[in-house]
Amino acid sequence: MWVYEKKLQYPVRVSKCDPLMAKFLMEQYGGADGELAAALRYLNQRYSIPDKVIGLLTDIGTEEFAHLEMIATMIYKLTKDATPDQLRAAGLGDHYAAHDNALFYQNASGVPWTASYIQAKGDPIADLYEDIAAEEKARATYQWLIDLTDDVDLQDSLKFLREREIVHSLRFREAVEILKEKRDEKIYY
Amino acid sequence: MKDDQVRYYAPYIGPFDPCPPIRIKSYNVPPQLFIPFQPPNLQQFQPADALRLGTLWPALYSPYSSKQSRIEEGDNDAEATG
Repeated sequence: MWVYEKKLQYPVRVSKCDPLMAKFLMEQYGGADGELAAALRYLNQRYSIPDKVIGLLTDIGTEEFAHLEMIATMIYKLTKDATPDQLRAAGLGDHYAAHDNALFYQNASGVPWTASYIQAKGDPIADLYEDIAAEEKARATYQWLIDLTDDVDLQDSLKFLREREIVHSLRFREAVEILKEKRDEKIYY
Repeated sequence: MKDDQVRYYAPYIGPFDPCPPIRIKSYNVPPQLFIPFQPPNLQQFQPADALRLGTLWPALYSPYSSKQSRIEEGDNDAEATG
């Protein structure tokens, strides 16, 4: 069960009218290394992982949904006032044909999200290593998105999200260390 | 411009490359790579700063500036130093 707070985790301000940037941001919305994939990956893996790290997957998976909301807000702000012609000029003509100004879970190239982006191997180390890789890939995506815009306000929110990927990566690395420890083994003697 | 979280390298430049070369390239090495397990009692940011920066701990803070503003990517003529 979740408790919803009707506010964003971090403020999102977009100062430049740039619908093309909305197209690029969709990589982090419905892309392979995006926030939707992250949230669903972690919240699903937690059922078959040692009890000690379930809470970590719950917490981080929940935060990924907060990030998803921030990305959605950015895309929405950049496209809500765009005319069909402006969307076409931004390379979003095919998006408009299928979705009008609605958001949809697809990547920057228009490929719809698929569950094959994520994995639950059942092996705790394999799953946590995938999670670490996912965080580093998302961090890299944020770097390239920051490179793609000169809107300092948008960059500010993206830098916050990039920092969170760094913290999450370290927490998953620590989870691996916790599972490597032999501390509790004697209860099975 | 010295940034401890950026590494530089000089890629091979071919004699017949079609485009003007980028002589120095860079990649990012953020702090979590160097902390296997976070030790207790690390120095903390003030709460207001932590909320803005995305982390409570200076040891985990990783600023990132757009490649557009870095000499090795933005200006091919710049004398880039590693």
